[in-house]
Amino acid sequence: MTALERAAGPLSTGCDWSFELIERYDRAIAGIAKNEFGLDTYPNQIELISSEQMLDAYASTGMPIGYPHWSFGKEFLRQEEAYRTGQRGLAYEIVINSDPCIAYLMEDNTMAMQGLVVAHACYGHNSFFKGNYLFRQWTNPDAIIEYLVFARNFIMQCEERHGIDAVEEVLDACHALMQYGIDRYRVPRPLSAGAEAARLRAREEYEWRRFDDLWRTVPAGARAAGEAKAGGFPAEPQENLLYFVEKHAPKLEDWKREIVRIVRKLAQYFYPQGQTKLMNEGWATFWHYTLINRMFEKGLVDSGFMLEFLHSHTNVVAQTGYDVQSYRGINPYALGYAMFTDLRRICEQPTDEDRRWFPDIAGGDWRKVLDFAMRNYKDESFIAQFLSPQLIREFRLFAISDREDEDELEVDCIHDDAGYRRVRKLLAQQYNRDQQLPNIQIVRYDRDGDRSLTLQHTLHRGRPLDKDASRVLDGLARLWGFKVNMVTVDTDGETCNTMCASPSS
Amino acid sequence: MSLIIDRRLNDRRKSAVNRQRFMNRYKDQVRRAVDEAVAKRSIRDLQGGGNLRIPVKDIAEPVFRHGAGGDREYVLPGNRRFKSGDRIERPKGGAGDSGSGGSGMGESVDSFAFTLSREEFMQLFLDDLELPRLERNVVGGVTTMRSQPAGYTRSGAPRNLHVIRSLKQSLARRIALRAGRAAGRVPFLDDIDLRYRHRVLAPQPMSQAAMFCLMDVSGSMDERKKDLAKRFFMLLYLFLTRKYEKVDLIFIRHTEDAQEVDEEEFFHGQQSGGTVVMSALALMREIIEKRYAPSQWNIYAAQASDGDAFGADPEKSRGFLEREILPLSRYYAYVEIPESAAARASTLWTAYQRVGLPHFAMKRVAARGEIYPVFRELFRKEAQ
Repeated sequence: MTALERAAGPLSTGCDWSFELIERYDRAIAGIAKNEFGLDTYPNQIELISSEQMLDAYASTGMPIGYPHWSFGKEFLRQEEAYRTGQRGLAYEIVINSDPCIAYLMEDNTMAMQGLVVAHACYGHNSFFKGNYLFRQWTNPDAIIEYLVFARNFIMQCEERHGIDAVEEVLDACHALMQYGIDRYRVPRPLSAGAEAARLRAREEYEWRRFDDLWRTVPAGARAAGEAKAGGFPAEPQENLLYFVEKHAPKLEDWKREIVRIVRKLAQYFYPQGQTKLMNEGWATFWHYTLINRMFEKGLVDSGFMLEFLHSHTNVVAQTGYDVQSYRGINPYALGYAMFTDLRRICEQPTDEDRRWFPDIAGGDWRKVLDFAMRNYKDESFIAQFLSPQLIREFRLFAISDREDEDELEVDCIHDDAGYRRVRKLLAQQYNRDQQLPNIQIVRYDRDGDRSLTLQHTLHRGRPLDKDASRVLDGLARLWGFKVNMVTVDTDGETCNTMCASPSS
Repeated sequence: MSLIIDRRLNDRRKSAVNRQRFMNRYKDQVRRAVDEAVAKRSIRDLQGGGNLRIPVKDIAEPVFRHGAGGDREYVLPGNRRFKSGDRIERPKGGAGDSGSGGSGMGESVDSFAFTLSREEFMQLFLDDLELPRLERNVVGGVTTMRSQPAGYTRSGAPRNLHVIRSLKQSLARRIALRAGRAAGRVPFLDDIDLRYRHRVLAPQPMSQAAMFCLMDVSGSMDERKKDLAKRFFMLLYLFLTRKYEKVDLIFIRHTEDAQEVDEEEFFHGQQSGGTVVMSALALMREIIEKRYAPSQWNIYAAQASDGDAFGADPEKSRGFLEREILPLSRYYAYVEIPESAAARASTLWTAYQRVGLPHFAMKRVAARGEIYPVFRELFRKEAQ
């Protein structure tokens, strides 16, 4: 660093923030992020909110606008209680994948925290949203806010017309199936609130025009006979349950169909987030650490700022062992941050081990390697590709295997030469969505018979469904309007269990 | 360039509607929790709002997920002692689920805790007793008058003249009169401009009340009866705190003789023996004389008993009540808690029936649900 680069003095001292200061920090961080590290971001919109508003935002899955539903109220109460009793601090920020990228900053934060958050959210998360392939393929950051407004208005209209309870029943059923409302192979059409509204109007108008009382007089038998077809329907199993309901539910009212669609669209929007939690947080944490340290090197922040910054940084990336009471699973901030930092180390100071494990990146340009990783991976593949033996040792990762037919658990592998690959593989699998969710698909819709729907649950390594499943099935039956069956089969195709729900229950 | 926006003044209670929905949906569970909280709480704390817990399984949102059983592996951090191939005993309660990124050993949270505001708590509590709002009732006399501001008038004593108001009026008048005229003589201040501060006398309720809780704790008063009595006392206390700034509670329990005790002792203390009502009344009068002069305190009393008094006691008590206690108090309520709704009227009941004063009331309560209606009936008299 040359003497010229050094700033005249820190941007601020003390812990109070002001709008002007936030602006100066933002400008300084933006300069470093873009010019020195080449981070590509959407424009930022930074919004200052109070802690109450932060709680609100929390409760509605971080979205600024949500339709009313009791489950958000429950989440709100849970967060409020945790906050009030001091079990949990509030997140310092919430960031929304939209264009411009909206970041919420809490007014109670000190200047150092605001700086951290700006670096973390407005440059870390933001560049991840813009760069990662899942987000690029599956979300439309420029339309989400508009769509949320549309969804909220639509659902509130439905409440007025059909009553809160009726709407709630549909939403409950849809929420339970949210994870099964995702298209994984076909990129959805971009969201557009305007188009949605126009589509609705058109549908309504069509109904009006088509209405003709004369149809009642046509004998019913003639039509049904012509439609009978050979072969089952659907021709192939369908995994997107909500989509199937929306398109094929025999007597679902239009407004309910529309609600199903809304929930499905939102599920689709959140789909990438769930699969990149570790990477996304790791990336943002890596960048706030790197950016703020760079500011310190340049003399833009003083050591008081740094001490506070480091204090909360270390809290964020703390990982407790499995045997500590406060253990809550693997901390995505900790592992994600460690992995990106480790990648940089592998590039800058590779050991022999690294050269053996990562021959193509050891000693490379860390900026390019990190950028490549951020753009082209999700949690599962990121771990499978980049978790190094050194990190496995550092985190002392080990795997337990749990077999149904044995009374004891067995330690499958630990952080030793024999175990590195297996630990890495098992950890990657743990982030695989297909392993987390039971495999349930629609196999048959008895269109010409009793109109019942049949789902098939394929057992994966003998893991049964939780007993909640019957309630989910009840909800599905209410949406479907006819009987719904669920058949559990093992991998050989043998039926081992059946469940059934009818709409009246 | 980033845009920085201050949203702190935006609506802060976005979640209020969702919170309300949650409450409505789980009304039964919340109510049960309120009920439990009430049973545990002392009379004075009742109003505090509070922490409630409801079982988490009641409010869970169902989804398809893996249950216990089958084969799986999970990765955990922080290995200190294991080598591969080690065997470990299965932890109790099924080893959690690997749902969100593997929370290895189960974290069990079996109740959902949340906090109600005071109003919500009260509403649910009173709801439980099938209660509309209480505020509009007025009990007891109004004793002092206080003058308080009541806007402005056109006439009044010179010392009440409000200069700024008056000048505002004159300014308006001058502008109006000059309008459309080139020049003219318009008086600077006219009589019709003058405004005076207006004050009215408003009745002020006496700000302190003493509430006597009298309860029979003889052997025949079991926990159920005491619980009913407690609920009645609670209502009365609530009622009075809405009306008076300060409410003193005096707890008198009696068997054959009476004692003044604290609340804890009053509701939970164990004692047994016969019943002499007279002793409690005498003690009450003694306390009034010593500490609560009727000229400064509004005196209320609620007596709860199963009415099992013997011999001359009921008659004597009635006489004493009429002569000595009722003249000193604003209201005296007697609640009889019989063994069952069908039980015969007790000896005390029969005696008390002959008390003919308007601020004495008596009722029988046999079940929880009856408390509020009885309470309201007892106090309606005064309201009219």
